[in-house]
Amino acid sequence: MEWDWEFTYSILPLLLQGLKITVLATILGAIVAASLGLVFALMRRSPNRLLSRTTGFFVEFIRGTPLLVQLYFIFYILPDIGLRLSPLTAGVVGMGLHYATYFSEVYRGGIEAVPRGQWEAAKATNLTIRQTWVNIILPQAIPPMIPAMANYLLAMFKETPLLSAITVMEMMSQARSIANSNYRYIEPMTLVGVFFLIVSIISVFGLRWLERRYGRQGR
Amino acid sequence: MGDWAGYLTLILAGTWVTIKLTVMGCAVALVVAFIAGLGRVSRHATLRWLSTGYIEFFRGTSIFVQLFWIYYVLPLIGVSMTPMQAGVMALGLNVGAYGAEVVRGAILAVPRDQYEACIATNLTRYQRMRHVILPQALPLMLPTFGNNAIELLKATSVVSLISLADMTFQAQVVRSQTGNTIVPFVTILILYFILSSLISFGMRYLERRASRGAEGVR
Amino acid sequence: MDAPIIRINDLSKSFGKLTVLNGLSFDVMKGEKLALIGPSGSGKTTILRILMTLENISGGRIEVCGEPLFHMHRNGQDVPADEAHLHKMRRHIGMVFQHFNLFPHKTVLQNITLAPTLTKGEKRIDAEKRARELLDMVGLADKADYMPVQLSGGQKQRVAIARALALSPEIMLFDEVTSALDPELVEEVLQVMQRLAVETDMTMLLVTHEMGFAREFADRVLFFDQGRIVEAGPPEQIFQAPQEERTRTFLRKIIASRHGM
Repeated sequence: MEWDWEFTYSILPLLLQGLKITVLATILGAIVAASLGLVFALMRRSPNRLLSRTTGFFVEFIRGTPLLVQLYFIFYILPDIGLRLSPLTAGVVGMGLHYATYFSEVYRGGIEAVPRGQWEAAKATNLTIRQTWVNIILPQAIPPMIPAMANYLLAMFKETPLLSAITVMEMMSQARSIANSNYRYIEPMTLVGVFFLIVSIISVFGLRWLERRYGRQGR
Repeated sequence: MGDWAGYLTLILAGTWVTIKLTVMGCAVALVVAFIAGLGRVSRHATLRWLSTGYIEFFRGTSIFVQLFWIYYVLPLIGVSMTPMQAGVMALGLNVGAYGAEVVRGAILAVPRDQYEACIATNLTRYQRMRHVILPQALPLMLPTFGNNAIELLKATSVVSLISLADMTFQAQVVRSQTGNTIVPFVTILILYFILSSLISFGMRYLERRASRGAEGVR
Repeated sequence: MDAPIIRINDLSKSFGKLTVLNGLSFDVMKGEKLALIGPSGSGKTTILRILMTLENISGGRIEVCGEPLFHMHRNGQDVPADEAHLHKMRRHIGMVFQHFNLFPHKTVLQNITLAPTLTKGEKRIDAEKRARELLDMVGLADKADYMPVQLSGGQKQRVAIARALALSPEIMLFDEVTSALDPELVEEVLQVMQRLAVETDMTMLLVTHEMGFAREFADRVLFFDQGRIVEAGPPEQIFQAPQEERTRTFLRKIIASRHGM
């Protein structure tokens, strides 16, 4: 089968429309993941063992099971209990929840990487708990987390094609519907691959920059 | 109620497909990871470039796109595969690309001292890798390999979209036949979790064994 | 002690813009025990690392056992050595490192037998017999089946010496072999080296900060500063009647620091 350039041009607008949804889903999903991840991380640090253990198990469970199945679960089950979500909302919630478990590990690692001495120094200089977090711990914990978070942002971007399974019209859905209605797979599938590759390659350079900027800082 | 037994059998048949996909995918991934990982640290620029190209390509495009491409586009240029073969291929190549970076990282993490000791004892390049560097790099790879295997297990669910009757696919079948979502999906979530827990226990066991070798209580 | 076993001619070495060795020339006689001393950064360790081919050279020429180390003859011309040539030349040379560099995943015995079985095709049983003799010589006969982590620093370094000896090199390089050791463990390593110096006719090059040992051990001492030999001579001259001001300053500082001032 030959590559058809004319067909390629004709489907570009549809795919780019899909790309918009892809990017939107990624960004919204990342916001959910970053906020929920922090909640998970703090709950895991809770002195209440029941709370920290339960959270721990929940996080492990979500991490140990496929995002696709979780998406189906949210998409099909929530309506049963009366919660009607648009496919995109369900997708954002599903991706956000799944990646929140990864983000929570990043937070945990970042916070634990701040040396004990810093907590002790804060206590010795008579800072309150709040002051300690805001002025001492977080400013040291967050910069090293940034490259890891950017990495997961990229991972989420690459997972968005899964949303096509719950009828979100992102890039992959567009490609599949074009392919099915025209009986031509080669152009839409290849184009989707190329789009992903372009974004990934650009991101790799961005990630390297972030790593240089934030990765290893002398303490 | 009798029907539920039948549906459970269906899901367990799917579980078996998922396990097969995971095991074969991991086998392919492992082989590919070592080839590309060693290629990344090779002295030959061509090998380094080829490996880097493969790694960046498969890490840069999503597993989902790769699977569809392998299943729908490759036949158009004369390479036809069964859904199972396409699944194993996509999973193996995708996770292998991540694994290759793990192999490379672990090899580079072996201290320079060890390379120098190899030169001083006049080992050849092959002997250095085989007897000194890889045996020390292997334990460093295990934890991340464990995570990669779990990611691979989770990614197997994607093959349901090319109509391979894995666990996720069978849950969909049960859902459409019974109209019940909760039971089949909770069941497979639990089964996936059991499988991923098995992988992480297995890996932890291997890690303990490997580190015992290095720490050495004889 | 007739022909030079190592000839270094106009050797230079730089790392980027930093010149470490500049136009250095000296010979080492067969069987000679040579001590290289001098302040840190004077280039003495770099010389050992170059002789072990751990570093390439930037200029000049080195001959070991009558053959060029970093060059080889091909079609009547001198070309840079390839890996096969280096592999051949390394048979003449063994090295003991400051940080031991034992293989942590191998037992003491395996550390010693690995290279002889792989590079010289020795039978395992012969290699093990020889390894046990060497372990006996360094006083560690009972530690053959231990892993390196189970040993003290001094024991590790004695294993490292046995590992290097197992390949029967004609030239042994000792790079600050006691610098990473706790003070009470230094003596056991030095004793082994002293025995080697007395009992074998191996050529030995030693980089050290142990002036007392250098004096006892060496036939000749080279004092280095800034990549050049400032003064060379028998230990009595260097340590008792140094001719150069820089040598005197260096020795005064060393003695002062040893007395904890």
